[in-house]
Amino acid sequence: MHESKKNLAFIDGSRLITEALVRAGADTFVGYPITPANLLYLYATKRFPTMLAAPDEITTLQWMSGFAVAGHVPVTATSFPGYALMVESIGMAAMMELPMVIILVQRLGPATGTATCGAQGDLNVVFGTMSGGYSIPTFSISNYHDCWELSAKAVHTAIQLRTPVVLLTSKEMVMTLQSFDWSTLPEIKPKQVKLYNGSSPYLPYKADESLIPDFLPVSQNQHQVRITASTHDTKGILQNVLPEAIDNTKRLELKVRKHLDEYTVFDLDEQEGSDRLIITYDISSQASREAVASLRAKGEKVSLLVAKTLLPIPRVYVEIASRYKRVVIVEENLTGQLRQLLFGVAGRNGVSGVNGIAKMISPTEIIEEVLRHE
Amino acid sequence: MSSLRFLTDAQLPFCKGCGHALVAQNTGKALQKLNINPLDVVLVTDIGCHGIVDKSFLTHTVHGLHGRSSALAAGIAAGLNNPGKKVIVFTGDGGATIGMQHLIGGAHLGFDMTVVVHNNMLYGMTGGQPSEFTPCGFKTPTLPEGSTKAGYDICELMVAAGASYVERVIGIGDFSDSFAKAFSASGFSLVEVMEICPSYGVKSNPGMKLSKLVEDAGWNVRVFADGKGPSFKTPVNLEPKSLLSEKLEVQPKYASSIQKPVSIMISGSAGEGVQSAAEFLAKAAMVSGLNSTKKGSYPVTVGVGFSASEVIVSPNPILYTGSPIPDVLIITSSDGLGYARAAASRMKAGVLYIDDSLDVPETGARVEKVPFRERVGAKNSAMYAVFYVVFHEKLYPVDALKDVFLSNKIAEKINIETLLQF
Ligand SMILES: Cc1ncc(C[n+]2csc(CCOP(=O)(O)OP(=O)(O)O)c2C)c(N)n1
Ligand code: SF4
Repeated sequence: MHESKKNLAFIDGSRLITEALVRAGADTFVGYPITPANLLYLYATKRFPTMLAAPDEITTLQWMSGFAVAGHVPVTATSFPGYALMVESIGMAAMMELPMVIILVQRLGPATGTATCGAQGDLNVVFGTMSGGYSIPTFSISNYHDCWELSAKAVHTAIQLRTPVVLLTSKEMVMTLQSFDWSTLPEIKPKQVKLYNGSSPYLPYKADESLIPDFLPVSQNQHQVRITASTHDTKGILQNVLPEAIDNTKRLELKVRKHLDEYTVFDLDEQEGSDRLIITYDISSQASREAVASLRAKGEKVSLLVAKTLLPIPRVYVEIASRYKRVVIVEENLTGQLRQLLFGVAGRNGVSGVNGIAKMISPTEIIEEVLRHE
Repeated sequence: MSSLRFLTDAQLPFCKGCGHALVAQNTGKALQKLNINPLDVVLVTDIGCHGIVDKSFLTHTVHGLHGRSSALAAGIAAGLNNPGKKVIVFTGDGGATIGMQHLIGGAHLGFDMTVVVHNNMLYGMTGGQPSEFTPCGFKTPTLPEGSTKAGYDICELMVAAGASYVERVIGIGDFSDSFAKAFSASGFSLVEVMEICPSYGVKSNPGMKLSKLVEDAGWNVRVFADGKGPSFKTPVNLEPKSLLSEKLEVQPKYASSIQKPVSIMISGSAGEGVQSAAEFLAKAAMVSGLNSTKKGSYPVTVGVGFSASEVIVSPNPILYTGSPIPDVLIITSSDGLGYARAAASRMKAGVLYIDDSLDVPETGARVEKVPFRERVGAKNSAMYAVFYVVFHEKLYPVDALKDVFLSNKIAEKINIETLLQF
């Protein structure tokens, strides 16, 4: 009965996330302690080729940016209070087009809130990170397989698009221990940063149709590299509102959107004949999966969409939702952040939420909401 | 001295007479004196008038945020990890004020870099407001009555923080030798260049002489540290071990007869082995072919107060790891009782195992009073309770728990026989 379980172990999600990040090509971790991200910090000390303890989260993001300028792929893990301090620097890194991954382990807010209680309260924070509404590719982890595959995807996306990527998770995913057989996980291949190898002078912000410029680190001395967070032309020189510079700024958003299909990840489990859809993400996903199994066991028809790529919002989520009369969005926050991102403040007929704070949303609550209108 | 060019021919982007221009020229000259390749130099500039000079340099240039240039440069220096490269920061007194932590931290850790503070004693770019470096009596457009406080002595601060080379110069004429010394020092070096901003400083303080002003402020113009400090080496582990090692593997060898998930909450006191008892309970379930999850709850001060853990064991895969109402609740101490009272009151069925020294809380569960603490002592009460419950609830064979227990170092400290009193 157990023969297939080759690598059964009792582990937490942090372990899988850390291992996957390094295998995917991240080489540097910069950390500032904060509950509930501390296990990631701890594992990073053992697993990352380079691990540095920063004196605060602004420094963390600046050091990471410096490492990226020198050709490394850095990672950090934090929670809202630390993320708030990082915001200006994340915008800087995006403007400079530096690859990095920021793991945001959600806890109960606002402000310091309750450090040891999980939450799904920070999607809007990430959504609004950048002045001007520019998007940071953001993934959210729904289970242990995601700890592995999405962590790798986050690193690969950061490297490919030359941009900061946020990996959203929650206390319950990174701190709970679970029995898990890791032999079921796919192999992860490392990805390398694409380097400029032309002979003409290097233009750090000149991109081909991919909209992603080639990179050169400041560790080489063949080509001059200019990197800047101020509005700049393709040479990396500050240019107030020159059309070339404004086009470059627009390219940042276009770049992230152009490749969205390549990094759109979701689970869609549609049941034929169902006019009800549950949409969920992050820590509420497992409860939703359990609710779906129970409902179906009772003969109730229901479909499930687990969103893993959260930002920019893939259009396909809206298309899927439009096929259903009833849509129930499950998220552990008070106001329904994904619900508002998908349907606006106005909402839509037949759309409702299962929300709550300070405890995980249970399958029972989800089942009740799905059956409420029957 | 090399003839390598560090600056373009274009005119520097500053107001006429601004000291920032001299800093740029002296930087180029110092680098020529050091005979270094311009592309082995990374110039990191802050936000402020001084910072827009990056376009005039033929080195690598990086232009980031206001006040953060020294932290960004520290990351670059650590990322390069190569003393053959020169990382130079241009910042203003404004940037040094808002980013003081980065200067102190950089000096403390000894990153291989040089910070050039353009101290014109005010914020030039934003219209001449005072900074923490503005000396007593110095006027600015927004402080026409003059500052009533002394300005920071950044050189003294940097020496205290552990910088390797520190010097203050008056930003007039040729001070390239000072820069050359700072650039070639190992570790963190800082040169403070005293300037006056013609557009705001001169206008607000007519007739004031820079050297006199510096003297009156009590700022010494000299070398403060000689360049022999340590330099930061980035730790690089070339062969870190995988976090998924065989050591973690659990081999199922027993069988359980439970048919559905059972959630068990153990609530006791910090220091009484609650978390390891819960972990053993969950691991032994795996040895018995079950799935399991475990989460811990404790106050942030982990060494005091309650310590609780929720374990689920199940013959089926466990998706949702919450267990709002436990099937089995174990309470081994009065701290534990305080924490678990709410859970006990939610129970409409199931079993509450509680130390017989405690008052029984309100609950719909069947109550079993057991002298856990008396039989094995407070320290082992949680471990004993777990053995007791596995046996009486028939979760899985006690031998599975014994195996997990005996394979752990804890077995040297607790006699297994004491845990087998059922
Ligand atoms: C976080 C942040 N706060 C405020 C500003 C606005 N700002 C731009 S430059 C500057 C001060 C510049 O003064 P200083 O660093 O002394 O350089 P100077 O212009 O005198 O060369 C300020 C406050 C900013 N860019 N970022
Ligand atoms: S405003 Fe002052 S600091 Fe800025 S360039 Fe002009 S003179 Fe220099």
